[in-house]
Amino acid sequence: MRPFAYHRPADPAEAVALVAADPAASFLGGGTNLVDHLKLGVTRPGTLVDVTGLGLDTVEQTDASLRIGTNVRNSDLAAHPALRAGWPAVSRALLAGASGQIRNQATTGGNLLQRTRCVYFQDVTTPCNKRESGSGCSAIGGYGRYNAVLGASGQCVATHPSDLAVALAALDAVVVVLGPDGERRIPATELHRLPEEHPEHDTTLRHGELITAVELPSSPLAARSTYQKARDRASYAFALVSAAVGLDLDEDGTVRDVRIAWGGVAHKPWRATRAEDALRGEQPTEDAVRAAVDIELTGANTDDQSAYKLPMVRATTTYAVHRLLEGSR
Amino acid sequence: MSVQLSVDGRRVDVNVDPRTTLLDLLRERLDVIAPKKGCDHGQCGSCTVLLDGRRHLTCLALAVAQDGAEIVTAEGLAGGPDGEHDLHAMQRAFLEHDGYQCGYCTPGQICSAVGMLAELADGHPSHVSPDLTAAPKATDEEIRERMSGNLCRCGAYVGILAAIRQSAQASA
Ligand SMILES: Cc1cc2nc3c(=O)[nH]c(=O)nc-3n(C[C@H](O)[C@H](O)[C@H](O)COP(=O)(O)OP(=O)(O)OC[C@H]3O[C@@H](n4cnc5c(N)ncnc54)[C@H](O)[C@@H]3O)c2cc1C
Ligand code: SF4
Ligand code: FES
Ligand code: FES
Repeated sequence: MRPFAYHRPADPAEAVALVAADPAASFLGGGTNLVDHLKLGVTRPGTLVDVTGLGLDTVEQTDASLRIGTNVRNSDLAAHPALRAGWPAVSRALLAGASGQIRNQATTGGNLLQRTRCVYFQDVTTPCNKRESGSGCSAIGGYGRYNAVLGASGQCVATHPSDLAVALAALDAVVVVLGPDGERRIPATELHRLPEEHPEHDTTLRHGELITAVELPSSPLAARSTYQKARDRASYAFALVSAAVGLDLDEDGTVRDVRIAWGGVAHKPWRATRAEDALRGEQPTEDAVRAAVDIELTGANTDDQSAYKLPMVRATTTYAVHRLLEGSR
Repeated sequence: MSVQLSVDGRRVDVNVDPRTTLLDLLRERLDVIAPKKGCDHGQCGSCTVLLDGRRHLTCLALAVAQDGAEIVTAEGLAGGPDGEHDLHAMQRAFLEHDGYQCGYCTPGQICSAVGMLAELADGHPSHVSPDLTAAPKATDEEIRERMSGNLCRCGAYVGILAAIRQSAQASA
Protein backbone atom coordinates (compact mmCIF):
# COMPACT_ATOMS: atom_id res chain seq x y z
CA MET A 1 0.00 0.00 0.00
CA ARG A 2 1.25 3.49 -0.86
CA PRO A 3 1.61 5.90 2.06
CA PHE A 4 -1.20 8.40 2.48
CA ALA A 5 -2.20 11.19 4.82
CA TYR A 6 -5.37 10.77 6.85
CA HIS A 7 -7.81 13.51 7.90
CA ARG A 8 -11.06 13.30 9.79
CA PRO A 9 -12.73 16.71 9.58
CA ALA A 10 -15.94 17.50 11.46
CA ASP A 11 -17.34 19.97 8.95
CA PRO A 12 -18.67 18.97 5.49
CA ALA A 13 -17.39 22.13 3.80
CA GLU A 14 -13.91 21.44 5.14
CA ALA A 15 -14.06 17.86 3.84
CA VAL A 16 -15.06 19.14 0.41
CA ALA A 17 -12.30 21.75 0.40
CA LEU A 18 -9.66 19.17 1.36
CA VAL A 19 -10.56 16.82 -1.50
CA ALA A 20 -11.40 19.46 -4.11
CA ALA A 21 -8.00 21.11 -3.69
CA ASP A 22 -6.04 17.89 -4.12
CA PRO A 23 -6.42 15.69 -7.23
CA ALA A 24 -4.85 12.77 -5.31
CA ALA A 25 -7.30 12.95 -2.38
CA SER A 26 -10.29 10.65 -1.83
CA PHE A 27 -13.19 10.56 0.58
CA LEU A 28 -13.30 7.56 2.91
CA GLY A 29 -16.61 6.18 4.17
CA GLY A 30 -16.84 2.83 5.94
CA GLY A 31 -13.84 1.67 3.92
CA THR A 32 -15.26 -1.70 2.87
CA ASN A 33 -14.54 -1.01 -0.79
CA LEU A 34 -11.82 1.63 -0.65
CA VAL A 35 -9.56 -0.17 1.86
CA ASP A 36 -9.79 -3.29 -0.30
CA HIS A 37 -8.71 -1.21 -3.31
CA LEU A 38 -5.81 0.32 -1.37
CA LYS A 39 -4.55 -3.19 -0.66
CA LEU A 40 -5.02 -4.32 -4.26
CA GLY A 41 -3.39 -1.18 -5.65
CA VAL A 42 -6.51 -0.43 -7.69
CA THR A 43 -6.42 3.11 -6.37
CA ARG A 44 -3.50 5.02 -4.84
CA PRO A 45 -4.70 8.18 -3.13
CA GLY A 46 -2.18 10.45 -1.43
CA THR A 47 -4.73 11.67 1.09
CA LEU A 48 -7.83 10.13 2.63
CA VAL A 49 -10.52 12.39 4.02
CA ASP A 50 -12.67 10.33 6.36
CA VAL A 51 -16.27 11.58 6.17
CA THR A 52 -17.67 9.49 9.01
CA GLY A 53 -16.94 12.25 11.53
CA LEU A 54 -19.16 14.73 9.72
CA GLY A 55 -22.41 13.73 11.38
CA LEU A 56 -24.82 13.31 8.43
CA ASP A 57 -25.92 10.09 10.09
CA THR A 58 -29.64 10.55 10.73
CA VAL A 59 -32.81 9.52 8.91
CA GLU A 60 -35.51 12.20 8.87
CA GLN A 61 -39.07 11.65 7.77
CA THR A 62 -41.47 14.32 6.48
CA ASP A 63 -44.92 13.82 4.93
CA ALA A 64 -43.44 13.85 1.47
CA SER A 65 -40.10 12.13 1.83
CA LEU A 66 -37.40 10.37 3.78
CA ARG A 67 -34.01 12.06 4.00
CA ILE A 68 -31.11 9.72 4.67
CA GLY A 69 -27.77 11.13 5.80
CA THR A 70 -24.83 9.70 3.88
CA ASN A 71 -23.25 8.18 6.98
CA VAL A 72 -26.27 6.11 7.96
CA ARG A 73 -24.93 2.56 7.92
CA ASN A 74 -26.52 0.07 5.52
CA SER A 75 -27.77 -2.14 8.39
CA ASP A 76 -29.39 0.74 10.27
CA LEU A 77 -31.03 2.04 7.12
CA ALA A 78 -32.39 -1.39 6.14
CA ALA A 79 -33.88 -1.77 9.63
CA HIS A 80 -35.38 1.72 9.80
CA PRO A 81 -39.14 1.33 10.44
CA ALA A 82 -40.11 4.17 8.08
CA LEU A 83 -38.07 2.70 5.23
CA ARG A 84 -39.42 -0.81 5.78
CA ALA A 85 -43.00 0.48 5.63
CA GLY A 86 -42.71 3.14 2.94
CA TRP A 87 -39.88 1.97 0.65
CA PRO A 88 -39.58 -1.80 1.12
CA ALA A 89 -37.60 -2.24 -2.11
CA VAL A 90 -34.79 -0.15 -0.62
CA SER A 91 -34.72 -2.18 2.58
CA ARG A 92 -34.81 -5.44 0.59
CA ALA A 93 -32.01 -4.28 -1.71
CA LEU A 94 -29.76 -3.46 1.24
CA LEU A 95 -30.53 -6.74 2.97
CA ALA A 96 -29.70 -8.65 -0.21
CA GLY A 97 -26.22 -7.11 -0.31
CA ALA A 98 -22.94 -8.11 1.33
CA SER A 99 -23.03 -9.53 4.90
CA GLY A 100 -24.25 -8.49 8.34
CA GLN A 101 -20.78 -7.27 9.31
CA ILE A 102 -20.23 -5.32 6.11
CA ARG A 103 -23.67 -3.69 6.32
CA ASN A 104 -22.80 -2.49 9.84
CA GLN A 105 -19.76 -0.75 8.41
CA ALA A 106 -20.85 0.42 4.94
CA THR A 107 -22.33 3.90 4.49
CA THR A 108 -25.10 5.08 2.18
CA GLY A 109 -22.85 7.26 0.03
CA GLY A 110 -20.05 4.70 -0.01
CA ASN A 111 -22.47 2.02 -1.15
CA LEU A 112 -23.59 4.13 -4.13
CA LEU A 113 -20.00 4.94 -5.08
CA GLN A 114 -18.58 1.42 -4.72
CA ARG A 115 -16.74 0.42 -7.84
CA THR A 116 -17.33 -2.42 -10.29
CA ARG A 117 -16.47 -5.99 -9.32
CA CYS A 118 -15.14 -6.65 -12.86
CA VAL A 119 -12.36 -9.17 -12.15
CA TYR A 120 -9.91 -7.35 -14.41
CA PHE A 121 -10.57 -4.00 -12.78
CA GLN A 122 -9.49 -5.55 -9.49
CA ASP A 123 -6.43 -7.28 -10.97
CA VAL A 124 -3.74 -4.67 -11.56
CA THR A 125 -1.71 -7.05 -13.74
CA THR A 126 -4.31 -6.87 -16.53
CA PRO A 127 -5.28 -4.04 -18.90
CA CYS A 128 -8.40 -2.14 -17.88
CA ASN A 129 -9.63 1.17 -19.25
CA LYS A 130 -11.52 1.97 -16.09
CA ARG A 131 -8.47 1.58 -13.86
CA GLU A 132 -5.94 2.89 -16.37
CA SER A 133 -7.41 4.96 -19.15
CA GLY A 134 -6.36 3.78 -22.60
CA SER A 135 -4.84 0.47 -21.47
CA GLY A 136 -7.59 -1.67 -23.06
CA CYS A 137 -10.44 -3.80 -21.83
CA SER A 138 -9.64 -7.35 -20.78
CA ALA A 139 -13.28 -8.28 -20.28
CA ILE A 140 -14.06 -7.93 -23.98
CA GLY A 141 -13.22 -11.37 -25.30
CA GLY A 142 -12.19 -12.47 -21.80
CA TYR A 143 -14.19 -13.77 -18.85
CA GLY A 144 -17.59 -12.37 -19.71
CA ARG A 145 -20.14 -13.91 -17.40
CA TYR A 146 -20.65 -10.68 -15.45
CA ASN A 147 -20.54 -8.37 -18.45
CA ALA A 148 -23.11 -5.71 -19.26
CA VAL A 149 -25.82 -6.52 -21.77
CA LEU A 150 -27.22 -2.98 -22.11
CA GLY A 151 -25.46 0.30 -22.80
CA ALA A 152 -21.89 -1.05 -22.90
CA SER A 153 -19.20 0.52 -25.08
CA GLY A 154 -16.15 -0.70 -26.94
CA GLN A 155 -14.13 0.70 -24.04
CA CYS A 156 -15.81 -1.04 -21.09
CA VAL A 157 -18.45 -3.71 -20.51
CA ALA A 158 -18.52 -3.62 -16.70
CA THR A 159 -21.66 -3.57 -14.55
CA HIS A 160 -22.41 -1.50 -11.49
CA PRO A 161 -22.49 -3.69 -8.37
CA SER A 162 -24.67 -1.77 -5.88
CA ASP A 163 -28.05 -3.28 -5.00
CA LEU A 164 -29.08 -0.10 -3.18
CA ALA A 165 -28.50 2.04 -6.28
CA VAL A 166 -30.98 -0.07 -8.26
CA ALA A 167 -33.77 0.43 -5.74
CA LEU A 168 -33.03 4.17 -5.58
CA ALA A 169 -33.15 4.45 -9.38
CA ALA A 170 -36.55 2.75 -9.43
CA LEU A 171 -38.11 4.91 -6.71
CA ASP A 172 -37.11 8.36 -8.02
CA ALA A 173 -34.58 9.07 -5.27
CA VAL A 174 -32.52 12.25 -5.30
CA VAL A 175 -28.85 12.33 -4.31
CA VAL A 176 -27.82 15.50 -2.49
CA VAL A 177 -24.26 16.56 -3.14
CA LEU A 178 -22.07 19.29 -1.66
CA GLY A 179 -19.30 20.69 -3.86
CA PRO A 180 -16.92 23.65 -3.74
CA ASP A 181 -19.67 25.77 -5.35
CA GLY A 182 -22.45 24.66 -3.03
CA GLU A 183 -25.22 22.09 -3.07
CA ARG A 184 -26.57 20.18 -6.06
CA ARG A 185 -29.44 17.68 -6.33
CA ILE A 186 -29.04 14.80 -8.74
CA PRO A 187 -31.76 12.30 -9.67
CA ALA A 188 -30.49 8.84 -8.68
CA THR A 189 -30.91 7.75 -12.30
CA GLU A 190 -28.35 10.39 -13.33
CA LEU A 191 -25.73 9.73 -10.66
CA HIS A 192 -24.11 6.87 -12.53
CA ARG A 193 -23.26 7.06 -16.23
CA LEU A 194 -22.72 4.76 -19.19
CA PRO A 195 -19.07 4.06 -20.04
CA GLU A 196 -19.00 5.52 -23.57
CA GLU A 197 -15.44 6.73 -24.24
CA HIS A 198 -14.67 7.39 -20.57
CA PRO A 199 -15.13 4.32 -18.40
CA GLU A 200 -12.74 5.83 -15.84
CA HIS A 201 -15.69 7.94 -14.69
CA ASP A 202 -18.34 5.83 -12.94
CA THR A 203 -20.54 8.79 -12.10
CA THR A 204 -21.42 12.36 -13.02
CA LEU A 205 -19.86 13.68 -9.80
CA ARG A 206 -16.96 16.10 -10.04
CA HIS A 207 -13.82 15.57 -7.99
CA GLY A 208 -14.41 16.89 -4.49
CA GLU A 209 -18.19 16.55 -4.55
CA LEU A 210 -19.44 14.94 -1.35
CA ILE A 211 -22.68 12.98 -1.13
CA THR A 212 -24.41 14.36 1.96
CA ALA A 213 -27.83 12.73 1.75
CA VAL A 214 -30.28 10.70 -0.27
CA GLU A 215 -33.94 11.72 -0.45
CA LEU A 216 -36.75 9.30 -1.17
CA PRO A 217 -40.14 10.72 -2.18
CA SER A 218 -43.20 9.02 -0.65
CA SER A 219 -45.64 7.48 -3.11
CA PRO A 220 -48.08 4.58 -3.34
CA LEU A 221 -45.73 2.72 -5.64
CA ALA A 222 -42.79 3.19 -3.27
CA ALA A 223 -44.91 1.68 -0.50
CA ARG A 224 -45.73 -1.25 -2.78
CA SER A 225 -42.27 -2.09 -4.02
CA THR A 226 -39.82 -4.95 -3.79
CA TYR A 227 -36.38 -6.09 -4.87
CA GLN A 228 -35.55 -9.41 -6.46
CA LYS A 229 -31.95 -10.56 -6.85
CA ALA A 230 -30.48 -13.56 -8.68
CA ARG A 231 -27.00 -14.70 -7.66
CA ASP A 232 -24.61 -17.65 -7.72
CA ARG A 233 -25.26 -18.63 -4.11
CA ALA A 234 -28.17 -18.00 -1.76
CA SER A 235 -26.46 -15.22 0.18
CA TYR A 236 -23.33 -13.04 0.34
CA ALA A 237 -22.85 -12.70 -3.41
CA PHE A 238 -23.21 -9.87 -5.89
CA ALA A 239 -26.15 -9.84 -8.27
CA LEU A 240 -25.99 -11.62 -11.58
CA VAL A 241 -29.10 -9.59 -12.32
CA SER A 242 -31.69 -7.94 -10.12
CA ALA A 243 -34.95 -6.06 -10.43
CA ALA A 244 -36.50 -3.34 -8.27
CA VAL A 245 -40.21 -2.89 -8.98
CA GLY A 246 -42.80 -0.47 -7.59
CA LEU A 247 -46.46 -0.91 -8.49
CA ASP A 248 -49.56 1.24 -8.17
CA LEU A 249 -52.83 -0.33 -9.34
CA ASP A 250 -56.26 1.10 -10.20
CA GLU A 251 -59.36 -0.36 -8.55
CA ASP A 252 -59.87 -2.63 -11.56
CA GLY A 253 -56.34 -3.98 -11.23
CA THR A 254 -54.78 -2.20 -14.17
CA VAL A 255 -51.41 -0.54 -13.74
CA ARG A 256 -51.84 3.11 -12.81
CA ASP A 257 -48.11 3.60 -12.46
CA VAL A 258 -45.04 1.40 -12.27
CA ARG A 259 -41.28 1.66 -11.76
CA ILE A 260 -38.76 -0.91 -12.92
CA ALA A 261 -34.98 -0.78 -12.56
CA TRP A 262 -32.43 -3.53 -13.17
CA GLY A 263 -29.07 -4.31 -11.67
CA GLY A 264 -26.29 -6.44 -13.15
CA VAL A 265 -27.10 -5.50 -16.72
CA ALA A 266 -25.30 -2.20 -17.28
CA HIS A 267 -22.65 0.27 -16.14
CA LYS A 268 -25.40 2.01 -14.20
CA PRO A 269 -28.66 0.93 -12.59
CA TRP A 270 -30.90 0.49 -15.63
CA ARG A 271 -34.22 2.25 -15.33
CA ALA A 272 -36.54 0.35 -17.71
CA THR A 273 -38.72 3.29 -18.78
CA ARG A 274 -39.87 1.64 -22.01
CA ALA A 275 -41.07 -1.39 -20.08
CA GLU A 276 -42.85 0.93 -17.63
CA ASP A 277 -44.58 2.74 -20.54
CA ALA A 278 -45.72 -0.57 -21.98
CA LEU A 279 -47.26 -1.68 -18.69
CA ARG A 280 -49.17 1.49 -17.78
CA GLY A 281 -52.89 0.93 -18.30
CA GLU A 282 -52.46 -2.84 -18.72
CA GLN A 283 -53.33 -5.73 -16.45
CA PRO A 284 -49.99 -6.83 -14.90
CA THR A 285 -50.22 -10.44 -16.04
CA GLU A 286 -47.09 -12.54 -16.42
CA ASP A 287 -47.40 -12.31 -20.21
CA ALA A 288 -47.78 -8.54 -20.10
CA VAL A 289 -44.72 -8.15 -17.89
CA ARG A 290 -42.65 -10.43 -20.11
CA ALA A 291 -43.71 -8.51 -23.20
CA ALA A 292 -42.83 -5.21 -21.52
CA VAL A 293 -39.42 -6.53 -20.44
CA ASP A 294 -38.75 -7.69 -23.99
CA ILE A 295 -39.45 -4.23 -25.35
CA GLU A 296 -36.78 -2.83 -23.04
CA LEU A 297 -34.37 -5.61 -23.97
CA THR A 298 -34.58 -5.02 -27.73
CA GLY A 299 -31.33 -3.08 -27.54
CA ALA A 300 -29.50 -5.77 -25.54
CA ASN A 301 -26.16 -7.11 -26.70
CA THR A 302 -25.06 -10.51 -25.45
CA ASP A 303 -22.52 -13.20 -26.20
CA ASP A 304 -22.32 -16.89 -25.22
CA GLN A 305 -21.23 -16.02 -21.69
CA SER A 306 -23.75 -13.28 -20.91
CA ALA A 307 -26.82 -14.48 -22.87
CA TYR A 308 -28.24 -16.12 -19.74
CA LYS A 309 -28.91 -12.67 -18.31
CA LEU A 310 -31.87 -11.91 -20.58
CA PRO A 311 -34.14 -14.77 -19.44
CA MET A 312 -32.95 -14.07 -15.90
CA VAL A 313 -34.05 -10.42 -16.13
CA ARG A 314 -37.43 -11.58 -17.46
CA ALA A 315 -37.78 -14.03 -14.58
CA THR A 316 -36.70 -11.69 -11.78
CA THR A 317 -38.98 -8.91 -13.05
CA THR A 318 -42.04 -11.12 -13.46
CA TYR A 319 -41.38 -12.69 -10.08
CA ALA A 320 -41.08 -9.29 -8.40
CA VAL A 321 -44.44 -8.24 -9.89
CA HIS A 322 -45.95 -11.57 -8.85
CA ARG A 323 -44.81 -11.04 -5.26
CA LEU A 324 -46.27 -7.54 -5.17
CA LEU A 325 -49.60 -8.83 -6.49
CA GLU A 326 -49.56 -11.52 -3.82
CA GLY A 327 -49.20 -8.82 -1.19
CA SER A 328 -45.63 -9.53 -0.14
CA ARG A 329 -42.99 -6.87 -0.40
CA MET B 1 -0.90 8.84 14.16
CA SER B 2 -2.13 8.24 17.65
CA VAL B 3 -5.09 5.93 18.24
CA GLN B 4 -6.81 5.15 21.50
CA LEU B 5 -8.88 2.01 21.79
CA SER B 6 -10.34 -0.23 24.38
CA VAL B 7 -9.48 -3.83 23.50
CA ASP B 8 -11.07 -6.59 25.57
CA GLY B 9 -11.33 -4.20 28.47
CA ARG B 10 -7.73 -2.97 28.20
CA ARG B 11 -7.06 0.66 27.27
CA VAL B 12 -4.46 1.02 24.54
CA ASP B 13 -2.84 4.14 23.14
CA VAL B 14 -0.65 3.46 20.11
CA ASN B 15 0.99 5.26 17.25
CA VAL B 16 0.14 3.74 13.88
CA ASP B 17 0.93 4.31 10.23
CA PRO B 18 -2.40 5.30 8.58
CA ARG B 19 -2.11 2.24 6.33
CA THR B 20 -2.45 -0.17 9.26
CA THR B 21 -5.69 -2.11 9.33
CA LEU B 22 -7.41 -2.73 12.62
CA LEU B 23 -6.73 -6.45 12.13
CA ASP B 24 -2.98 -5.92 11.76
CA LEU B 25 -2.92 -3.55 14.71
CA LEU B 26 -4.64 -6.12 16.91
CA ARG B 27 -2.62 -9.11 15.79
CA GLU B 28 0.81 -7.70 15.00
CA ARG B 29 1.12 -4.84 17.46
CA LEU B 30 -1.14 -5.72 20.39
CA ASP B 31 -0.78 -9.52 20.31
CA VAL B 32 -4.54 -9.92 20.29
CA ILE B 33 -4.72 -12.94 18.02
CA ALA B 34 -8.31 -14.10 18.44
CA PRO B 35 -9.44 -12.35 15.23
CA LYS B 36 -7.97 -14.30 12.32
CA LYS B 37 -6.74 -13.20 8.92
CA GLY B 38 -8.56 -15.48 6.50
CA CYS B 39 -8.90 -13.57 3.25
CA ASP B 40 -7.96 -9.98 4.21
CA HIS B 41 -10.59 -8.77 1.68
CA GLY B 42 -13.89 -8.85 3.53
CA GLN B 43 -14.96 -12.17 2.07
CA CYS B 44 -14.72 -14.68 4.93
CA GLY B 45 -15.64 -13.11 8.29
CA SER B 46 -12.80 -14.73 10.27
CA CYS B 47 -11.56 -11.28 11.41
CA THR B 48 -14.93 -10.34 12.96
CA VAL B 49 -14.97 -8.55 16.34
CA LEU B 50 -17.59 -6.57 18.22
CA LEU B 51 -16.91 -2.87 17.69
CA ASP B 52 -18.94 -0.58 19.93
CA GLY B 53 -21.19 -3.59 20.46
CA ARG B 54 -21.77 -4.41 16.79
CA ARG B 55 -20.21 -7.16 14.68
CA HIS B 56 -17.59 -5.63 12.42
CA LEU B 57 -14.79 -6.80 10.13
CA THR B 58 -11.29 -5.69 11.05
CA CYS B 59 -9.51 -6.39 7.76
CA LEU B 60 -11.28 -3.62 5.81
CA ALA B 61 -11.08 -1.08 8.62
CA LEU B 62 -8.20 1.37 8.99
CA ALA B 63 -7.01 1.55 12.59
CA VAL B 64 -6.80 5.37 12.47
CA ALA B 65 -10.48 5.54 11.57
CA GLN B 66 -11.49 3.64 14.73
CA ASP B 67 -10.07 6.07 17.29
CA GLY B 68 -12.07 5.85 20.51
CA ALA B 69 -13.72 2.53 19.67
CA GLU B 70 -14.44 -0.21 22.15
CA ILE B 71 -13.43 -3.57 20.74
CA VAL B 72 -14.32 -6.97 22.10
CA THR B 73 -12.77 -10.01 20.45
CA ALA B 74 -13.76 -13.64 20.99
CA GLU B 75 -11.09 -13.76 23.68
CA GLY B 76 -12.66 -10.83 25.54
CA LEU B 77 -16.10 -12.43 25.45
CA ALA B 78 -14.83 -14.93 28.01
CA GLY B 79 -14.06 -13.96 31.57
CA GLY B 80 -17.31 -13.06 33.19
CA PRO B 81 -17.80 -12.36 36.88
CA ASP B 82 -16.48 -15.80 37.88
CA GLY B 83 -13.00 -15.20 36.58
CA GLU B 84 -11.18 -15.07 33.29
CA HIS B 85 -11.80 -18.68 32.32
CA ASP B 86 -15.54 -18.40 32.49
CA LEU B 87 -16.69 -18.89 28.91
CA HIS B 88 -19.42 -16.87 27.24
CA ALA B 89 -22.66 -18.82 26.65
CA MET B 90 -22.02 -18.75 22.89
CA GLN B 91 -18.56 -20.22 23.38
CA ARG B 92 -19.97 -23.02 25.54
CA ALA B 93 -22.63 -23.72 22.92
CA PHE B 94 -19.94 -24.04 20.20
CA LEU B 95 -18.10 -26.53 22.44
CA GLU B 96 -21.23 -28.54 23.17
CA HIS B 97 -22.29 -28.77 19.54
CA ASP B 98 -18.87 -29.21 17.89
CA GLY B 99 -19.30 -25.92 16.07
CA TYR B 100 -15.80 -26.16 14.58
CA GLN B 101 -13.10 -28.47 13.31
CA CYS B 102 -9.77 -26.69 12.87
CA GLY B 103 -11.08 -23.69 14.80
CA TYR B 104 -9.66 -21.02 12.51
CA CYS B 105 -13.00 -19.41 11.64
CA THR B 106 -14.39 -19.90 15.15
CA PRO B 107 -13.49 -16.61 16.90
CA GLY B 108 -15.09 -14.74 14.01
CA GLN B 109 -18.11 -17.03 14.00
CA ILE B 110 -18.64 -16.52 17.71
CA CYS B 111 -18.37 -12.72 17.61
CA SER B 112 -20.62 -12.64 14.57
CA ALA B 113 -23.18 -14.89 16.24
CA VAL B 114 -23.27 -12.71 19.37
CA GLY B 115 -23.71 -9.57 17.26
CA MET B 116 -26.28 -11.27 15.08
CA LEU B 117 -28.48 -12.30 18.00
CA ALA B 118 -28.39 -8.72 19.27
CA GLU B 119 -29.58 -7.51 15.84
CA LEU B 120 -32.35 -10.09 15.91
CA ALA B 121 -33.38 -8.98 19.39
CA ASP B 122 -33.48 -5.39 18.11
CA GLY B 123 -35.95 -6.53 15.44
CA HIS B 124 -33.67 -6.07 12.42
CA PRO B 125 -35.13 -7.85 9.38
CA SER B 126 -33.06 -10.01 7.02
CA HIS B 127 -33.14 -11.00 3.37
CA VAL B 128 -35.24 -14.08 4.21
CA SER B 129 -37.71 -12.38 6.55
CA PRO B 130 -41.10 -12.96 4.91
CA ASP B 131 -42.58 -9.77 6.35
CA LEU B 132 -40.26 -6.79 6.57
CA THR B 133 -42.31 -5.04 9.22
CA ALA B 134 -42.89 -8.01 11.58
CA ALA B 135 -40.56 -8.98 14.41
CA PRO B 136 -38.12 -11.60 13.04
CA LYS B 137 -37.78 -15.06 14.59
CA ALA B 138 -34.61 -17.09 15.09
CA THR B 139 -35.51 -19.82 12.62
CA ASP B 140 -32.77 -21.95 11.06
CA GLU B 141 -33.32 -20.13 7.78
CA GLU B 142 -32.87 -16.76 9.48
CA ILE B 143 -29.74 -17.89 11.32
CA ARG B 144 -28.17 -19.27 8.12
CA GLU B 145 -28.87 -16.08 6.19
CA ARG B 146 -27.66 -13.80 8.95
CA MET B 147 -24.45 -15.81 9.39
CA SER B 148 -23.65 -15.94 5.66
CA GLY B 149 -20.75 -13.51 6.13
CA ASN B 150 -18.81 -16.16 8.05
CA LEU B 151 -17.39 -18.95 5.96
CA CYS B 152 -16.04 -22.21 7.39
CA ARG B 153 -13.61 -24.10 5.17
CA CYS B 154 -14.05 -27.19 7.37
CA GLY B 155 -17.78 -27.11 6.73
CA ALA B 156 -18.75 -27.25 10.39
CA TYR B 157 -21.98 -25.48 9.57
CA VAL B 158 -24.27 -28.10 11.09
CA GLY B 159 -22.64 -27.68 14.51
CA ILE B 160 -22.40 -23.91 14.15
CA LEU B 161 -26.11 -23.69 13.40
CA ALA B 162 -26.97 -25.97 16.33
CA ALA B 163 -24.83 -23.89 18.71
CA ILE B 164 -26.41 -20.62 17.65
CA ARG B 165 -29.92 -22.10 17.70
CA GLN B 166 -29.35 -23.18 21.30
CA SER B 167 -28.05 -19.74 22.31
CA ALA B 168 -30.95 -18.05 20.56
CA GLN B 169 -33.45 -20.21 22.40
CA ALA B 170 -31.69 -19.66 25.71
CA SER B 171 -31.72 -15.89 25.28
CA ALA B 172 -35.28 -15.69 23.90
C1 LIG C 1 -17.26 -9.52 0.31
C2 LIG C 1 -18.13 -8.37 -0.10
C3 LIG C 1 -19.40 -8.61 -0.62
C4 LIG C 1 -20.22 -7.56 -1.01
N1 LIG C 1 -21.45 -7.82 -1.54
C5 LIG C 1 -22.24 -6.79 -1.97
C6 LIG C 1 -23.50 -7.03 -2.56
O1 LIG C 1 -23.95 -8.17 -2.69
N2 LIG C 1 -24.23 -5.95 -2.97
C7 LIG C 1 -23.77 -4.67 -2.82
O2 LIG C 1 -24.48 -3.73 -3.21
N3 LIG C 1 -22.58 -4.42 -2.28
C8 LIG C 1 -21.82 -5.45 -1.85
N4 LIG C 1 -20.58 -5.19 -1.32
C9 LIG C 1 -20.05 -3.84 -1.40
C10 LIG C 1 -20.39 -2.99 -0.21
O3 LIG C 1 -21.79 -2.74 -0.22
C11 LIG C 1 -19.61 -1.69 -0.37
O4 LIG C 1 -18.25 -1.98 -0.19
C12 LIG C 1 -20.04 -0.64 0.62
O5 LIG C 1 -21.40 -0.33 0.48
C13 LIG C 1 -19.20 0.63 0.43
O6 LIG C 1 -19.53 1.54 1.46
P1 LIG C 1 -18.36 2.17 2.36
O7 LIG C 1 -18.99 3.19 3.23
O8 LIG C 1 -17.59 1.11 3.04
O9 LIG C 1 -17.51 2.87 1.22
P2 LIG C 1 -15.95 3.16 1.10
O10 LIG C 1 -15.22 1.91 0.80
O11 LIG C 1 -15.48 3.97 2.25
O12 LIG C 1 -15.97 4.12 -0.18
C14 LIG C 1 -16.39 3.68 -1.46
C15 LIG C 1 -16.23 4.84 -2.43
O13 LIG C 1 -17.13 5.89 -2.14
C16 LIG C 1 -16.45 7.12 -1.92
N5 LIG C 1 -17.22 7.80 -0.87
C17 LIG C 1 -17.57 7.29 0.34
N6 LIG C 1 -18.41 8.14 0.97
C18 LIG C 1 -18.59 9.21 0.14
C19 LIG C 1 -19.37 10.42 0.21
N7 LIG C 1 -20.15 10.70 1.27
N8 LIG C 1 -19.31 11.28 -0.83
C20 LIG C 1 -18.53 11.02 -1.90
N9 LIG C 1 -17.78 9.91 -2.02
C21 LIG C 1 -17.82 9.01 -1.02
C22 LIG C 1 -15.04 6.73 -1.57
O14 LIG C 1 -14.14 7.74 -1.96
C23 LIG C 1 -14.86 5.47 -2.39
O15 LIG C 1 -14.50 5.79 -3.69
C24 LIG C 1 -19.76 -6.23 -0.88
C25 LIG C 1 -18.49 -5.98 -0.34
C26 LIG C 1 -17.68 -7.03 0.05
C27 LIG C 1 -16.34 -6.72 0.62
S1 SF4 D 1 -15.07 -4.11 -18.49
FE1 SF4 D 1 -14.45 -2.06 -17.78
S2 SF4 D 1 -13.72 -2.48 -15.72
FE2 SF4 D 1 -13.70 -4.48 -16.77
S3 SF4 D 1 -11.65 -4.69 -17.77
FE3 SF4 D 1 -12.99 -3.70 -19.26
S4 SF4 D 1 -12.59 -1.52 -18.91
FE4 SF4 D 1 -11.92 -2.57 -17.06
S1 FES E 1 -10.04 -11.65 6.94
FE1 FES E 1 -11.57 -10.11 7.17
S2 FES E 1 -13.23 -10.99 6.10
FE2 FES E 1 -11.66 -12.43 5.70
S1 FES F 1 -13.54 -24.78 11.77
FE1 FES F 1 -12.01 -24.83 10.26
S2 FES F 1 -12.56 -23.12 9.06
FE2 FES F 1 -14.27 -23.32 10.36
